Amino acid sequence: MTAAEMLRVRGLRKSYGGREVVSNVSFAVRRGECFGILGPNGAGKTTTLRCCLGLTLADAGTLELGGLPVPEAARVARYRVGVVPQFDNLDPDFTVTENLVMFARYFDIPAAAARARVPRLLEFAGLGDRGGSRIDTLSGGMKRRLTLARALVNDPDVLFLDEPTTGLDPQARHLIWDGLKGLVAAGKTVILTTHFMDEAERLCNRLCVMDDGAIIAHDTPRGLIEKLIEPVVVEVYGEGVRRFAAAGARALVERLEISGETAFCYMHDAAPLLELLGREPELRSLRRAANLEDVFIKLTGRDIRD
Amino acid sequence: MSYRFRYLVERNFKVWRKLLVPSLIANLADPLIYLVGLGFGLGAMVGPVDGRPYISFLAGGMLCFSTLNSASAEALFSAFSRLKVQRTWEGILHAPMTITDVVIGEWLWAALKATLSGAAILVVMYGLRIVHGPGPLAALLVLPLVGLCFSGLALVMTTLARSYDFFTYYFTLFITPMSFLSGVFFPLHQLPQAMQTAAWILPLAHAASLARGLTLGDPMPWPWLSVAVLVGYGAAGVSVAARFARRRLTK
Repeated sequence: MTAAEMLRVRGLRKSYGGREVVSNVSFAVRRGECFGILGPNGAGKTTTLRCCLGLTLADAGTLELGGLPVPEAARVARYRVGVVPQFDNLDPDFTVTENLVMFARYFDIPAAAARARVPRLLEFAGLGDRGGSRIDTLSGGMKRRLTLARALVNDPDVLFLDEPTTGLDPQARHLIWDGLKGLVAAGKTVILTTHFMDEAERLCNRLCVMDDGAIIAHDTPRGLIEKLIEPVVVEVYGEGVRRFAAAGARALVERLEISGETAFCYMHDAAPLLELLGREPELRSLRRAANLEDVFIKLTGRDIRD
Repeated sequence: MSYRFRYLVERNFKVWRKLLVPSLIANLADPLIYLVGLGFGLGAMVGPVDGRPYISFLAGGMLCFSTLNSASAEALFSAFSRLKVQRTWEGILHAPMTITDVVIGEWLWAALKATLSGAAILVVMYGLRIVHGPGPLAALLVLPLVGLCFSGLALVMTTLARSYDFFTYYFTLFITPMSFLSGVFFPLHQLPQAMQTAAWILPLAHAASLARGLTLGDPMPWPWLSVAVLVGYGAAGVSVAARFARRRLTK
């Protein structure tokens, strides 16, 4: 592990009841970068994060967090780490302010010093006037922001976020994203899991795609799109898409997938297809640039995961 | 050795402090009702026990019984809320705290709270003039051991439990039979010899023996053995609980 690396994972493996949920995962995260772990539900993202924190014991592999071996020195490593878990676990027996102060105490921070940090953290979370509120009176977005603020009580070098915006409305998601961008700009290392492609594309310097426990792609968001997928997508909607595909559309594009009543057409040059579409007035269409979601679907398929 | 378990004690104390008045009233009222109701009501029918009023005999047992109940309630229901329902333990483990810190913290806190419940009975015993002078205050040294013993055992159930229903079995199959077997409500020597022998295997008979010995001056057959039994059960309980918690949470 070099000084520029905040996290190094080598050959990580974890099985539950004979099923391998993390198989031979390796990656490294540099200091000050935002690294994303993408994958459908059940891909092994959360297990990977928990192993990195020493909260789950791996079957094989080596982990180094902030230069310290995990799980051996996980406790010491966590002094410099902040965690935003997938499910909120704020302390419902305390108010907003008390949550922050008590959590700081778990890091050996004296109560007076912890209280001094509260106003800035509340401001960061947009909860400036809610310090005395009970946790059960906060909205989902407020709880997430408070959880993020709580993860910052120890002024960590590295933040782990497990699906930080799942279940939030767009306004709340944008607030969280703004907060995370600010943290990365301030030099924090951020490691997040998500299944929102726009989130990954916006926030991450580099990312990996996990499926069935293994990393199947690993690059910058742009790099993944450029390397793995055709640059132009035309989505065609309507009852006649199957006929349209068979009647010549397939020959004009590089790849065509039909899902329900939508045809996803992937290509470099959309002109011939758009000309053909001009003669199909009953079909609606949308032309757009390829994005990370297209890469993700190409890599992991269209089947539902549970 | 890490002392971070103190943060868990601190957390629970801060929450308890918010509900200080109702908590103290419950600590006093509940055992007081038992003591006065059974002591005077039942006492009028049974007459003296071991040469003293029934209420005095009962008070010595209630000292332990109240400590046991308080330790069990805290280490079962409250700790389980923090473990499963509220995910409080999970949150704490994101900080530089280990499962051992959390389990030991819960153990010490439950014992501390239980000691307070027992001490409340001692106050009532002074109030009812069942005990006099400074001597019976020695029981305050035994109450923490009773608390540690029963919170340690309760934490084993807590770290195994899937739901609160689990604790009903613990009470009906363990706590309640033990209470009737251990000389809390009536003297141990009323029971057949085999049951008396069985009672001395369980920790509550030892707790009751120490409590009555120190408050009422009854003979204590094996005082140091009794102390060792309480400490042994408590320490064994908390070690097993830490192991179960580790298995449950690091999977």
